[in-house]
Amino acid sequence: MPSNKKHLLPNNIQENSEAEWLGSLFRKAVEDIERSGMQGTMLAEAWRFTDLNSFKVFEPIAATNTAVVSCPKFFAELDAVELHISNGALIWKDTFPEYVDLFDLADRKIAPSWLTEALGSAINTEMHPFAAINTTAFSGGVAMRIRKDAVMKKPIILLVDTQANDKIIVANPRVLVVLEEGAVVDLIEVHTGSGIYINNVVTELIIGKNARIGHYKLQTEDTDAFHIAMNAAHCAANSIYDNFALSTGAKLSRNEISATLDGIHTKYSINGSYLGCSDQHMETVTFIDHAKPSCVSHELYKGVLVNHAQGVFQGKILVRKNAQKTNGYQMNRALLLSKEVKINSKPELEIYADDVMCSHGATVGELDEEQIFYLMARGISKKQARAILVSAYVEEAINYINNLLIRDLFTMVASNWMQQNITDTQDINGS
Amino acid sequence: MLVDLIEECNMTLLEIENIHAEVDGRPILRGINLSIEAGRIHAIMGPNGSGKSTLTYVLTGRESCKVTQGSISFCGRDLLSMEPDERAIAGLFLAMQYPVELPGVSGLTFLREAVNARRKVAGEELVDSMEFLKMVRSKANSLGVSDEMLKRSVNVGFSGGEKKRNEILQMAMLEPRFCILDETDSGLDIDALKVVSDGVNSLRSSDRSMLVITHYQRLLDYIEPDLVHVLAHGRIQKTGGKELALQLEQRGYINFIETAA
Ligand SMILES: Nc1ncnc2c1ncn2[C@@H]1O[C@H](COP(=O)(O)OP(=O)(O)OP(=O)(O)O)[C@@H](O)[C@H]1O
Ligand SMILES: [Mg+2]
Repeated sequence: MPSNKKHLLPNNIQENSEAEWLGSLFRKAVEDIERSGMQGTMLAEAWRFTDLNSFKVFEPIAATNTAVVSCPKFFAELDAVELHISNGALIWKDTFPEYVDLFDLADRKIAPSWLTEALGSAINTEMHPFAAINTTAFSGGVAMRIRKDAVMKKPIILLVDTQANDKIIVANPRVLVVLEEGAVVDLIEVHTGSGIYINNVVTELIIGKNARIGHYKLQTEDTDAFHIAMNAAHCAANSIYDNFALSTGAKLSRNEISATLDGIHTKYSINGSYLGCSDQHMETVTFIDHAKPSCVSHELYKGVLVNHAQGVFQGKILVRKNAQKTNGYQMNRALLLSKEVKINSKPELEIYADDVMCSHGATVGELDEEQIFYLMARGISKKQARAILVSAYVEEAINYINNLLIRDLFTMVASNWMQQNITDTQDINGS
Repeated sequence: MLVDLIEECNMTLLEIENIHAEVDGRPILRGINLSIEAGRIHAIMGPNGSGKSTLTYVLTGRESCKVTQGSISFCGRDLLSMEPDERAIAGLFLAMQYPVELPGVSGLTFLREAVNARRKVAGEELVDSMEFLKMVRSKANSLGVSDEMLKRSVNVGFSGGEKKRNEILQMAMLEPRFCILDETDSGLDIDALKVVSDGVNSLRSSDRSMLVITHYQRLLDYIEPDLVHVLAHGRIQKTGGKELALQLEQRGYINFIETAA
């Protein structure tokens, strides 16, 4: 890591060191990078599927924000309030209801206590080198708080766009979402961009008692880009967190999602789909920490890989000693549509309580010739028959999205991908 | 790819000549000859494993059934050179003996895709899902297929009889030129047999032909065939009128099979 690390640190880290409210967090992150970097054995294990050498091409050029970005058109029909982050900086915010507090993380002078208490609290930068880099280097981003019992009717769209133009850049956007007790919100996080860049994003969610959040992430980065994401949540008693991640973009992506279920009767749903083509590397790393009794976690990932794409799924469920009556389900299924694709699945259960219901597994599959024939026998072309079957495969996961409008949008994004990437010959000649 | 619809057919609709076919390297069909004119209904009866379903797959182009000899023309076209979807678009329809389950594909999506595939070739406007529900509802309900069933995944968790009704619903929506019914009556209760037969009969017309495969003479009381064939050991052993079915039921196949293979 040492040689890589230097390449990943942009030249603006001074700013964060000077920000008084950020100081201690910053110093710890710097220490963490110095001390362990990526050399610790646990880190090596967690990152063993990611080729860190591929980051050597990067020069430490900090991202500078561009003027305007706009949300993918298909979100237009959602009546949402938008936040735009461009090259790591918050550049646009709609008018939010009075029960939402927004803070631009580029503001280094003074931060409210709800923010300073929460920022960094869901992440151990020692264990996550890229989150440490983000902590030392983020120059902007957004923190928001939804106040007690506020029910946000409109979903929030958080658009994170990175424009590299002719330079290779590193963007370190930072996002913090705090839901006070009983607050309710849907958040859509969309990642787009163009050029060669690293989008090293950290999103933290602090979810209060009885609060409810739907958090739906769409990663459609440029296929030359690198997407490294850490999404960490802390969930209090009786809260409901519905998380879904759909990835179609980036040359290399590593989406790490972790949650601590730190109160009884918490419901955590963490589903997603990765659709990979050409030589994309798509990695999903999840960690669910059942720290308190009677919580439910449900995890279903469905991947589709064509051409030479590679998928990695590392999922771990930890059930602590006092987390009795835990109900945990974890499954990664991948559909392999050519002989050249690769999938590595590593599901893990670590259980210290004795009265729990936990299951996990991983499967790989191909399309069923009999089903293709049945569709074709009704006049549907082979390409379309395959696309229909692949869509159905992926929709099993997408259907876990609670918000129906958002579910439809994600279904549409997936089916657009099918139309572009599913051909009638993939599994035969493996191209 | 040459996909097109058949507007008119003034010749024999289906002409099967000396078809030999194998499954998994095993010869199953050993010289089938069959000619079906437009507007005619032919029935095929025959013992289990005699190759009846294999014949339906040869007609519809399933890859696992390999034709080793012979030819089939469908309204003058070389059927064997066409892909399964091209055959369907050209007007061939198979109501399968064992309809396939499609988890995650709703009945409505499936039907709409099939109808739109045909419309696309015909240069007609495609139907959207709202419009389509209206189109399909009355036909579905007359066949005892509920809205709820249409929304469910195709054939998943359907009873045997529900699967068969669902096949006939597809047939009614697609209005094919040539219908093959492979044991559609198996699994249907007495009332459903009537409902489904009515559905089939309402599709009878002077330019539509049918090939009805069954084990039971009773179906042929509802759907009256012009000719009945006995298929055994991969060949048509005997052909006769409607009364042949009655004789078969009384005397069993053994008396009608001349050459054992
Ligand atoms: N995939 C397969 N592999 C090997 N043999 C097969 C396969 N499919 C069919 N067969 C064989 O082909 C023969 C003909 O089968 P087919 O299904 O055509 O019979 P059938 O006349 O339709 O019988 P039934 O009245 O029981 O429906 C049978 O002996 C069957 O075992
Ligand atoms: Mg059969």
